Amino acid sequence: MQRLVSAALALSLAAGVCAAAGAPDAFVGATLLPISRPAIEHGILIVRDGKIVDAGPADRVAIPKDATIHDVAGKVIMPGLVDSHSHIGGPAGGDDSGPIQPECRVLDAVDVRDCGLQKAQAGGITTVNIMPGSGHLMSGQTLYLKLRDANTIEGLLLRDKDGRTLGGVKMANGTNSQKDPPFPGTRGKSAALVRARFVAAREYQRKIQLAKGDPSKLPDRDLALETMVEVLEGKRVVHFHTHRHDDILTVLRLQKEFGFRVVLHHVSEGWKVANEIAAAKVPCSIILLDSPGGKPEAVDIDWRTGSVLEKAGVLVAFHTDDPITDSRLLLRSAAFAVRAGMSRDGALRGLTIAPAQMLDLQDRIGTLEKGKDADFVVLSGDPLSAYTHVLQTWVEGAKVFDRDDPRDRLWAVGGYGASHPQSFTWCCADDEGKHGAEEER
Amino acid sequence: MSAITGRGPGAPRAAAAAAPAGAATTPAAGTAAAALLAAAVLVAIVLGATPVVRAQVAVRAATVHTMAGPPIQDGVVIVRDGRIAAVGTAAQTPIPEGFRVLRAAVVTPGLIDAHTVAGLSGQLNVPPDQDQLEPGDPIQPELRAIDGFNIHERLVEWLLGLGVTTIHTGYGPGAVVSGQTMVVKTYGRSVEDAVLLPMAMVAATLGAGATTSTPGKSPGTRSKAIALLRIELIKAREYVQKRALADESKRPGTDLRLEVLAQVLHKELPLLVTVHRHQDILSALRLAREFDLKLVLDGVAEAPLVLEEIKASGVAVIVHPTMYRAGSPRGGSETENLSFETAGKLRAAGVTIALQSGYEAYVPKTRVVLLEAAVAAANGLAWQDALAAITIDAARVIGVADRVGSLEVGKDGDLALFDGDPFEYTTHCVGVVVRGVVASDKTM
Repeated sequence: MQRLVSAALALSLAAGVCAAAGAPDAFVGATLLPISRPAIEHGILIVRDGKIVDAGPADRVAIPKDATIHDVAGKVIMPGLVDSHSHIGGPAGGDDSGPIQPECRVLDAVDVRDCGLQKAQAGGITTVNIMPGSGHLMSGQTLYLKLRDANTIEGLLLRDKDGRTLGGVKMANGTNSQKDPPFPGTRGKSAALVRARFVAAREYQRKIQLAKGDPSKLPDRDLALETMVEVLEGKRVVHFHTHRHDDILTVLRLQKEFGFRVVLHHVSEGWKVANEIAAAKVPCSIILLDSPGGKPEAVDIDWRTGSVLEKAGVLVAFHTDDPITDSRLLLRSAAFAVRAGMSRDGALRGLTIAPAQMLDLQDRIGTLEKGKDADFVVLSGDPLSAYTHVLQTWVEGAKVFDRDDPRDRLWAVGGYGASHPQSFTWCCADDEGKHGAEEER
Repeated sequence: MSAITGRGPGAPRAAAAAAPAGAATTPAAGTAAAALLAAAVLVAIVLGATPVVRAQVAVRAATVHTMAGPPIQDGVVIVRDGRIAAVGTAAQTPIPEGFRVLRAAVVTPGLIDAHTVAGLSGQLNVPPDQDQLEPGDPIQPELRAIDGFNIHERLVEWLLGLGVTTIHTGYGPGAVVSGQTMVVKTYGRSVEDAVLLPMAMVAATLGAGATTSTPGKSPGTRSKAIALLRIELIKAREYVQKRALADESKRPGTDLRLEVLAQVLHKELPLLVTVHRHQDILSALRLAREFDLKLVLDGVAEAPLVLEEIKASGVAVIVHPTMYRAGSPRGGSETENLSFETAGKLRAAGVTIALQSGYEAYVPKTRVVLLEAAVAAANGLAWQDALAAITIDAARVIGVADRVGSLEVGKDGDLALFDGDPFEYTTHCVGVVVRGVVASDKTM
């Protein structure tokens, strides 16, 4: 649903589903899954100015007089899904020139008109960590995005209070990043190259510290090392693609040596080293697949990984790794984890607050709590049921997906034209023309 | 044994219940197959392995989906000597003494994957375990699936664990004629032990999926692919005529490739055409009309654009996996317009459909029809039709409905047991029976 904000607003007004800025929306009658506390039957969710104002049982939450009422009786509302690892929008990081390229930014590559973003909205995803690929030891800077309806990548960014764009760094070990020189050909070489760069980053960091702000003493700027210093200082989390048990332990070894903050991604064989992961207090963002295999590192991938890690005390999130799994089926991954023994509560956290924690966004998203961003999905039923559909997706109080809208429905189910990149001219001229006329009346 | 524990009244009589493995062979399989089976048993004994002992098994379930009538509540299925001996309500279907009794909430016929490459394609995805496509020559109908099938491939075992007992597998998409397919059980000592149809269909691909970008190689275009296929079919027609010449000296020598295409021309083997674009679907129908072929359409991502034509042709369709990757139109993806609703739309139009796991080039290495049917059932395909598309309708489309696909007396004792609605993501497959043998007792 790629539109100008004004066009989206116009459409919403015409459809009568969104109150003007400042006026609250009240979602009445749904089962609320706040994640931060047990489910609330017949709950009420109040949203104003893009934030959650209240969420609770009907007998406790007062509906403001000026609120637009949304009757969602019989539906289920949960926080917007957070996908901690995705490749929607055709992201790219480093090129073939070398295995370590932290200076490359996904920011400069993502196509916000790629249908993948609309399909993710259709799957209930409201926040996504878009990453470059795993073909490098360090392929570049990732981006944490809100799936708002926006026309530019800037319109999707998440920033901290200082205005800094939020994102991490993508790293990988194992076979994907092994190839012909200058890339490593072995696991040992992979680790050696990474260690050498972190050592260099440490020395660069030291030079900056010693300069004490004196420009004449500062080292020349080095975009790659600057990024790695951010990693060393904990300002950027490392999102580390790793499958095999021994590769996972290599990540933990590097993490211990250099002290960076890390999230383990995929961890196909995480179930073999769950206690070691737990002892390192490192979270895991996992993927669940229709079948094992597809490459030698993934033959022991198991639906039980979530359960085993949970029992070991590891923080677990689910990701799509879209296109490896489809963004419209992220809920299904959590359901498979429950099928294989993970707790229902843990699985629902793994779709929401757990990945939010991994992206340092736990204070803004991931639960239905007062003061948090109004990011939520309206579901037709139990989030873990095969028959449940995402009916609506809301980001910061604005509806970005509605299954009743034929165009949105096309992205939800597929069909002719569903994979075409969205043409701004085509889509928004149409909307503005139509709804502008309605407004004038 | 997890959820399917329990024994019938009286002591188990394994020895008395044991039947030779060959007992499950159909009379139609002939003496050659029987001899092969006997040889296989002998080899197994010589190697110190125990031949499969076919215990007598009964399954009692709160709901039995026979696919040959309405579901039976509190039903029982009796499997004797590998075949279904009785199906009915528990009240009216006594379990014979000594039968092992499995219990489940839901039992269905063993599931059928109407098109896969599992067993020729392995989970490692490295050249030694990828036998589903022979490069080099665009038309190779002489390639037999049975010569490349690994019954102990872990992908096959994975499918079995999720209730899939029969697969239509073989040469995959990616060449104008890539080779043959076969129908085989997912459980057995060897391919000979497990096979139902050693030659099921001839696998073809039309559209961009059949073309090559290698300079100097054909086909480089859609039209060239069709031309190559027409040339070969005409050659086969002439070959048949010449082989029938009265003067033996004028008959051509045996040509394995043309022999197989002759079987296609004689409708002894269906031509399975993997095709996604609407114009290529119509090309396949045109080709089938020209040569009067028995056609089975496969994939058909753009079927909703040509529903009327497909329906009018009377051709059965093996629908692409719902979770197939759409790909990018900028990358020339053939499947960009696929939909979760393709199966539902075809069925609503009155087309006979089956679901498939298809071919996956990367992670995950195969889809699973149980999971495919769930997505189809949530997207416009009626629940019973979704189950039929992975049981009885699939059996019909791949030509083995006399053996499998429904729970009827005389059919193979293939069953899938579940602890709830099979399509629910959180339901488990709690047991799988193949020809009366508990082939999987994992909870998956």
